[in-house]
Amino acid sequence: MRIELQHISKSFRHNGHAVDVLQDINLAVEPGEFVCLLGPTGCGKSTILNLVAGLDAPDAGTVLVDGTPVTGPGPRRVVVFQDAALFPWLTVLGNVEFGLRMANVPKQERRVAAMAYIKLVHLSKFAHAYPHQLSGGMRQRVAIARGLVMQPDILLMDEPFGALDAQTRAVLQEELLEIWRKTGCSVLFVTHSVREAIGLADRVYVLSARPARIRDVERIDVPRPRHADHPALAQAQQKILQSLAEEIEKVLRDELGESVRYPEGTQRVAADRSLGMHI
Amino acid sequence: MQRVVWYRVAFFASLLLGWQALYLLRVWPDFLFPSPQSVAAMLVHSLRDGTLVRALGVSLTRLVIGYGMSLAIGLPLGLLTGSIRWLHQTIGALLLGLQTLPSICWLPLALLWFGLNERAIIFVVVMGAVLSISLSAEDGVQHTPRQQIRAAKNMGASGWRLYLQVMLPAALPGIVTGMKLGWSFAWRALMAGELLYGHVGLGHLLMMGRELNDMSQVIAVMAVIVALGLLVDRMAFAPLERRVRERWGTGTL
Repeated sequence: MRIELQHISKSFRHNGHAVDVLQDINLAVEPGEFVCLLGPTGCGKSTILNLVAGLDAPDAGTVLVDGTPVTGPGPRRVVVFQDAALFPWLTVLGNVEFGLRMANVPKQERRVAAMAYIKLVHLSKFAHAYPHQLSGGMRQRVAIARGLVMQPDILLMDEPFGALDAQTRAVLQEELLEIWRKTGCSVLFVTHSVREAIGLADRVYVLSARPARIRDVERIDVPRPRHADHPALAQAQQKILQSLAEEIEKVLRDELGESVRYPEGTQRVAADRSLGMHI
Repeated sequence: MQRVVWYRVAFFASLLLGWQALYLLRVWPDFLFPSPQSVAAMLVHSLRDGTLVRALGVSLTRLVIGYGMSLAIGLPLGLLTGSIRWLHQTIGALLLGLQTLPSICWLPLALLWFGLNERAIIFVVVMGAVLSISLSAEDGVQHTPRQQIRAAKNMGASGWRLYLQVMLPAALPGIVTGMKLGWSFAWRALMAGELLYGHVGLGHLLMMGRELNDMSQVIAVMAVIVALGLLVDRMAFAPLERRVRERWGTGTL
């Protein structure tokens, strides 16, 4: 499945004012490609995912899936939300089965399919547990299995590992790459961590502060598994950090006033820290 | 845990002892300040001769009918006002306004409409419970986590199935809270109604005690009312609410 966004603009009403969120966004995700959207928090990255998912409609421009405009949600484009958004009244199995139930798949069949994907994310032992009994990382695994069981052409991931500790995060990143390789679906992955983006993606779109525009596209041609000290990665990271730094400063100045000034040469953006924390 | 139990036992035992001591001081006459024993004896007596059992039966029947009707009316009403915007803005606002009216204020109206009979009392009970039940259900529906709805839509849920399989279960913590609130409001409304217009029932028994100048009976009936309220809360609603809260996570409440 090829996803293409053409000249997308979007604004929201906030306290009676129209706030431009996206401005003339053009991007594409090729079949089987892993693409990251990187940008300051609040810049509208999640809005892009919602548009692709069909949960939201653009003010201008079109979202094309294999050349056909998107008019609503479809089970081939599955979102994995930041907070997992599991249904607390259903077990792990019930959550993973949910989409198949909505598609009227017979009970036996959907059970078998759900268990297969639960196994894929290593949660077989917890198939009958409820979300409140799981850790944050496990919940995110359930959310991934719940998406994958729909056999999507594209996984839309909205900072899925943002709330996890570094250890769990690293493990899940590896597993996600493994799943991506096995299933062959494309991934559109929103993050505000530069390191996460260059560790995962084939291409990284760098977005500007609100209203979001595409600032840069960085292709990362490094075979996986990747090591952070690979020279090409270091180079890509430096380049991305530079273009992000200007955007971060813009956001800070916006929020804190004109007095924010950084001495020349200070590192304004930490590669492995969330860019969103201070904003 | 053990410690808490002991504290409680010690506290209530000393409360009883204090009562007995105060009684022995004879500050007030017997008929105003009875001893614990005479209250206990009154309790046993009225259990034996059937008056208490009959009153309990009548009150509980009214309560169950009134509360049942409140659920049958309040839950659908709250789900509707919670889901449909213009209903929320019209009927929802009306319900919110009416809730400020103590339910016993409906008694004069009920007596004129229905006359001096069971229906009037049950009407007061329903007016006491139905509003909090429907307002809580409305609140529950409106506070369904948005991400859960988005996730459900993303996975192909829409229309009735979205409502029945996602909105409704997501609203359950609010609904259970409303059911519990509704029960205690129904209980209060019933007692108020029976006191003012008594025909059998616990409230009537309470008034009888007053008319006979029998403080033992008054206190005995009050104790029964407290015990019954506690029992239902502890046996039915508290475990239900705890289970729902635990599973749903307090965050969604």
